[in-house]
Amino acid sequence: MYGNDFIDPDEPLNAAEFGDVDDAVAAAATTAAQRAEGGSSFEALLAADQRIEPRDEMPEAYRKTLIRQIAQHAHSEIIGMQPEGNWISRAPSLRRKAILMAKVQDEAGHGLYLYAAAETLGVDRAELLDLLHSGKQKYSSIFNYPTLTWADNGAIGWLVDGAAIMNQVPLCRCSYGPYARAMIRVCKEESFHQRQGFEILWTLSRGTAAQKDMAQDAANRWWWPALMMFGPPDTGDAATTGGHTAQSMAWGIKRFSNDDLRQKFVDMTVPQAAKLGLTLPDPDLRFNEETGHWDFGAIDWSELWRVLKGDGACNAERIERRVGAHHEGAWVREAANAYAARHDLGQQQEYVA
Amino acid sequence: MSTPAVKGNSSERSWPLWEVFVRGKRGLSHVHVGSLHAPDAEMALRNGRDVYTRRQEGVSLWVVRSMDITASSPDERDSFFDPAADKIYRHPTFYDIPEDVEYL
Repeated sequence: MYGNDFIDPDEPLNAAEFGDVDDAVAAAATTAAQRAEGGSSFEALLAADQRIEPRDEMPEAYRKTLIRQIAQHAHSEIIGMQPEGNWISRAPSLRRKAILMAKVQDEAGHGLYLYAAAETLGVDRAELLDLLHSGKQKYSSIFNYPTLTWADNGAIGWLVDGAAIMNQVPLCRCSYGPYARAMIRVCKEESFHQRQGFEILWTLSRGTAAQKDMAQDAANRWWWPALMMFGPPDTGDAATTGGHTAQSMAWGIKRFSNDDLRQKFVDMTVPQAAKLGLTLPDPDLRFNEETGHWDFGAIDWSELWRVLKGDGACNAERIERRVGAHHEGAWVREAANAYAARHDLGQQQEYVA
Repeated sequence: MSTPAVKGNSSERSWPLWEVFVRGKRGLSHVHVGSLHAPDAEMALRNGRDVYTRRQEGVSLWVVRSMDITASSPDERDSFFDPAADKIYRHPTFYDIPEDVEYL
């Protein structure tokens, strides 16, 4: 009516309206005090729950731990494209095919965010890929299990991505800035992954008897490996990981123990399984009135170590496929380089003329 | 920051690193979202679109070669930003104003 370009007054337009200015004022008041205590050293930043950024000073062991963890995480994302990629051509409908392609594309994207985060620590992505291809760096052993039926795509989304989210949400507050920022992007996207998996099983579980059996079989095979994704026990008498968790927690890389996250995952998932009308393959699974948590049976850790050391169903196949894809893509990289070089040359000649 | 590992033949060398900035919607500034490798600017834009805007997160993209960015050094952070540190009177909340004054 007044010719104004009217926008939602509640919507922040720029940094000033996000409250950043107020934060800056508050920060200005505290910075002086912090500085007096030598406040921007690595330890002081950690103590204040501040983020460490790429060019800050950091202990060599912190840097190395992060490179190893972020690289392993990145490797897991791109190897994780394979189990579901295996089903793209056989997805039961166009809708499922489009969804699966989007999901596998997301995994590639997650790998790229993470490799980029690792590179801020002074390694090169090519180096990290070499380490993956030569078996010197690992990826999550969950991806060494095969996807035998369509229902496995549902179980992966529901259980494997569900467990991954449980692990990744606390990493959004990781002390290393670029890793935390990458994890925020990943977590935002991961939510669709879990929901589409649940939807696959939800559909199957209300289908024919054969479809329901297929869903149950997938849940049976993926349940225990999903619990192993949180890593070996690191609390109480069963702890096997030595001081690793403690050190990562002191550095603000890890926020919760493996066991805490695993318990949260079980508590979250058991009611979801009931909703699906599926059982979980654990006779010891029962609700503990006293603790308010679901108790679960003993995990066969020998299986994790066996699969980790190379004896899973698909270890060799996954790496072979990855190395193969890398070699098959060589001509594309070469062509892009040739094009870029010629373009550069053309520009130089223009300057000369 | 990152040390390019030049290995093998030229086709296997690492592509240069680019920093990616996305304008979320009209009216907002471009914001840094991350980095990527690409052989040239055109590919950096395409890769940037595929990596950082798969869910319509942007209406405009900038890509800048990382090596073209000059950054202030964290070592001199304190002295570099010191001039502003003791001038909190530049912020509106510094001032004592009676609470019942409107539009101020």
